[in-house]
Order: sequence, then C-alpha cells, then structure tokens
Amino acid sequence: METTLVYDGTFDGFLTCVFTAYEMKLKAVSMVNEKLFQEPLFGTSEVIITEQEKANRVWAGLKKKMSSNELRRFYYAFLSENPTVETTLYQAILYVFASTKNVASDFGNVHILELSKLTKNVGREKHRMEAFVRFKLTKDVIYFANIAPDFNVLPLLKNHFEKRYADQKWLIYDLKRKYGIYYDLQTTELISLELDANFDPSKTSSAIFAPIELEFQQLWKDYFRSTNIKSRKNMKLHIQHVPKRYWKYLSEKQ
Amino acid sequence: MSFERVQEKLNILADAAKYDVSCSSSGSNRTNKNKGLGDASASGICHTYTEDGRCVSLLKILLTNHCIFDCAYCVTRKSNDIKRAAFKVQEVVDLTINFYRRNYIEGLFLSSGIFKSADYTMERLVAVAKKLRLEENFNGYIHLKSIPGASDELMREAGLYADRLSVNIEIPTEKGLKLLAPDKNRADFIKPMEKVKNEIILYKNEKKLIKSTPKYAPAGQSTQMIVGASGESDMQIMYTSNYFYKNFNLKRVYYSGYVPISYDTRLPQIGTPVPMLRENRLYQTDWLLRFYGFNIEEILNEQNQSLDLDIDPKLGWALRNLHEFPVDINKADKRMLARIPGLGMKSVFKILNARRYRQLNWDHLKSIGVALNRAQYFIVCASNQFERRDLTSEKIKGLILQNSKSKYTAMLSNQLNLFG
Ligand code: SF4
Repeated sequence: METTLVYDGTFDGFLTCVFTAYEMKLKAVSMVNEKLFQEPLFGTSEVIITEQEKANRVWAGLKKKMSSNELRRFYYAFLSENPTVETTLYQAILYVFASTKNVASDFGNVHILELSKLTKNVGREKHRMEAFVRFKLTKDVIYFANIAPDFNVLPLLKNHFEKRYADQKWLIYDLKRKYGIYYDLQTTELISLELDANFDPSKTSSAIFAPIELEFQQLWKDYFRSTNIKSRKNMKLHIQHVPKRYWKYLSEKQ
Repeated sequence: MSFERVQEKLNILADAAKYDVSCSSSGSNRTNKNKGLGDASASGICHTYTEDGRCVSLLKILLTNHCIFDCAYCVTRKSNDIKRAAFKVQEVVDLTINFYRRNYIEGLFLSSGIFKSADYTMERLVAVAKKLRLEENFNGYIHLKSIPGASDELMREAGLYADRLSVNIEIPTEKGLKLLAPDKNRADFIKPMEKVKNEIILYKNEKKLIKSTPKYAPAGQSTQMIVGASGESDMQIMYTSNYFYKNFNLKRVYYSGYVPISYDTRLPQIGTPVPMLRENRLYQTDWLLRFYGFNIEEILNEQNQSLDLDIDPKLGWALRNLHEFPVDINKADKRMLARIPGLGMKSVFKILNARRYRQLNWDHLKSIGVALNRAQYFIVCASNQFERRDLTSEKIKGLILQNSKSKYTAMLSNQLNLFG
C-alpha cells in the first residue's frame, strides 16, 4: 500500500520526507506539497513536520556521494515545482545511495536525466531574472521589483543581487508565490507582503514610487529606442532573445 | 539634473553612439568593494535586446557629438547638418548610476566626438570614469573610447578606471582612410593602443611581485572596422584585423556593416542594404583564426580575396582542400577535427571525450550535435556507410546547399548565427 508523505513545500521539508521514508523503510511512497495535497482514495497519508536536523543529514549524505556542482542540481530541480519532481528526486536519491560509485551524472538513468533537464530550465530562468528584473525606487527609498517566474527561482537570486547592490535597499517580490527577498543593507531575508488590493504591478503609482522614478523609466525607454538601428531590424531574433512572456517586466517594452 | 534637457541630450547622443557595435561587458574581474555599488566580475548580462536583435548591456552614449573632424562615414562629422549636444560630466555619472541601480545596465560605454583637441576630449572621458570610481564607489563595467592622438599620461589614467579601452580603426586600409577621413592618420590610432598594450603588460608583471598593484584595463582592448564603406576586400579587412590582434594583444575586433548615412559620393548611397551576411562571414573567419587554429593565409589569399556568401568560410576552405579529407573521426587529432565542416569546438571536445570509451558511429555523432548534412562528405566513422562517390567540390557544395536550403535562405536574408 502506498504511503503519501505530506510536507510544507520547503526543500528541507522534502528532505525530511526522504529521511522518514528511509527510516520507516517505506517501499511505496510519494511526497506531496501540502498545498497540492488531496486525501488519497487508497493508501495512507502522513503529515511530516520539517526537521532541520533530518534534512541536514540527508543533504550531508548526498554531499559525500557527488561533487558540489552535482549536488546543486538537486536543489535547482526541486525549485522547478514540476508536479512529479519529488518522485524524480527521490528515485534519483535512491539510485545515488544504492551505488558505490558516483552516479550523479549518469545520464543513462532516466531519473538523473530528468533531473538534469529540470535543472537546466531553472538555471536558464535564474539568468533571465538576473537580466530582466527592473527595480523601481519607492518613496521610502527601497528599490522594488516584482517578478512572476515560471519556476521558484527567487532563492537563487539572493547572491547575485547582494553582490551587486550592496549599498541600496532592495526588494524582489514574487507575485505568483507571494513572497519576496528583502535586503536592508545588512542581511537579506525572506518576507511576505500585504500588497494593497489595487496595486497594479505594471504601473508606477505616485502613491508608492518616488517622483523621479517615472523620469528614469522614460529616459530608459528613450535610450532603448535611440540605440536601435532601424535598417537592421530583426524581430525574429529579438523575440528569440526576449520571449514575449517576459515583456511585462520590462519598462522599455511598455 | 533637469529632466527635459537630459532627455534631449540622451536622445541625440545615444542615437549617435549606436553605430559602435561593441556592447560586451564581459572579461573584467572587478568585484564589489567596501559595500559599494556594482560588480563587474559577473558581467556579460544582456539586460534587453534592441529590435535588431543586439544585446543591450551598457549605456552606450557619446559625451558630445560636436566634432572638429569630418570623417565621411560618420554621422557626427563636422559638415553634417544635425543637432549637436554635449553632456556635462555629472550628467553622465547620474545617468549611469541611476540606470545601474535599476538593473537596466551592466555599466557605461562612453565615446565622444573630438572637440577642441584629442587631449581635451580624452580628459573629459577620464573625468567621468574617475568620478564614478572614486566618488560613487562604482564597481560596474566601464568601457572608454581612446581618442586617437591622446597623450600617454591620459591613456595611463584611463586604464586605471576603465575595464576596457578601444580605438576604432574603422577603415581597414590606409588608402581608404586617406579618402574618407583626411584629417586622420593611422599613427594617431596606434599611439594610444600601443600605450595601453604596454601598460597592460607592465601591470601583469608588477602584479606578480606586488599583489596590490591597481588594476589596469582588466578587460583589455578592442577595436572596430566598418565593412563595406571603402570598397575594401575581405582579405584586406581580415589581414588588418590579424595584424591588430597580433601586435596589440586585442581581446576583440568587431566588424560593423556600414549603415548608409549620407549622400556623399565616396560612399554607398542611402538605401543600400547593410551588408549583414558579409559581416557574419567575417565574424566566422575571426572565430576560425582565434579558436579553430586556422591561419589567415589558408582562408584568404591572392587567389581568394573574398569570402563566399553562400557557404561558411570553413566549408569554403574544406572544398578547396579536399585532399585533406576524409578524416577519421575516431583517429584524427584535435586540430584536424576542428577543420571538419559542421563541427563546432564543443562537438570536437565531446568527440575527444566520448571516443575514449567507444568507437563512434553516425548515431553517436548525431546525438553529440554534429551537423551531419555538412560533415558527412568529409568524414568516416565506425560504420561501413560513408560517402564513396568521388565527388567534386562543386558537387558537394551543391548537395549541401540543396539539403540545408531553409537555413541558408534564412541566413541570406537576415540570420546572424555563428557555426551551429
Ligand atoms: S573623429 Fe570620430 S566622431 Fe569625429 S567625425 Fe571622425 S569618426 Fe566621427
């Protein structure tokens, strides 16, 4: 009979599930984010409380089996939020632990291959966000950006933006997942926000944003237009580089 | 800063700067210092793309489009009847910082028309970079144009603040330069380039002894040549390029298809299409020289002064040298693998790796990503199926063009891909 382990949706929560599955020697097991969970018709389910220590032990175990680059793939793939990612990861973890050699890059294994594909997609979107995030200056001098990425890449952006914007307060907010990362000149923390009901992310409302904000957006738009060479126009190439679904972030495309 | 004034200047001075195709922001190792602003070590990000498909990574502007010179191919030339404008040093600093803080750009690419004198102009460019670094603690990317004829002292200072310096040769031949830019001479371009080259060498030597030696132009030097403005041949362009790569340790040479901007009879007339495919072939040749181990003489010489437009230069070389083929994929050395049409360097490395475990056949090559429609005529592998007919160059070319028609029609119209 299959057991469904229900966890809180965090990576540590997932790793705690892996620990539990091992500990309880569960043969048929699946793991589900509590937000997506529906009571199964057959089988049993159990709610797993995230335990940092258990999660750490699984992670440390994986670490011994592979390079840090390969290890990172497990986390990246998890952030894809793919509906079957827990199974993919769990099967890959079983395979890794069962083998004496390092098999984390054995793309002949379907789970490892699937995992690497997910990783690639997440990595690509991370880079896109690093490029396409557009900060707007708020009245209380915070550089604010909203995103709505296909994958949950926000945790991956922290390092890049910390290094780059060490001397300004900034906040990147994921509208889809309703949380943000906020850097207050000292540290970066995960936060949730009460956004005003009529907050429109595509507008720059003067109630929230600094008066010069619109001026710089206008200058940037002007710049974007002026730097184009009309006689070389190539929209196909343009859209290949900046897929239309990202246009909503880009002030120059408004 | 006054918004309307800056807006007008930006429109004029960004428009005038756009013909410089370089927008690269990579190659520097400058990191964030003292919790300041910016980090150029991870640069290379394209924050957006223009509608012509070019990467926008830097705020690329002229400090001014006033110019005392009259180079025929340039919109900024003295005799051209256009609106002129000039930024103040502080205005450029403010624009750069504010664009950077909003994550629009990786940094600044500042060039200028020459007003008063070379040194006077260079001094202002250096002042912008200096202010950004010292007053704003800005660690993003800065590319400064070296003004031909600028003094050694200024060029030395420029390199202390800039990540990259460049002088555009623009016209590949001295004869063309005399015709189109009579005020300029080669020696004026070479002088600042020479100085920067020597300073970089000096920096590298000192760095070995004293760790704290201040950085000097960590992303090196580059230059640009205009293609199709002075009736030059591909051979002349690439020999000039090769000369500059070799003698000045350049990081990059850019090739910019001439965009007609004037009715001057010495130049292609307005409405003449930009030679984009030719530009692409020149870039491909550049890659063959820098990454594929080719010598310039193998690709362009007295018998072959121009590149084929319908096929890429590596295929062109292979067709002229059929006696070097077929190559055995499972035995050939790296140098020869790199010369097979349809194989990029990535595929070459994958082949070298994979063949240690097994003999490679057509299926392996396909999954590695080799463009077999081109490569098949030039290789043998672990299979008894291979091209047995004794085909002539003309025949092979015909077959390849026939089988890859869609790609080449696209290329001939607009596409700008390097080797697939
Ligand atoms: S000196 Fe430079 S800016 Fe002036 S006309 Fe010649 S190319 Fe243009």
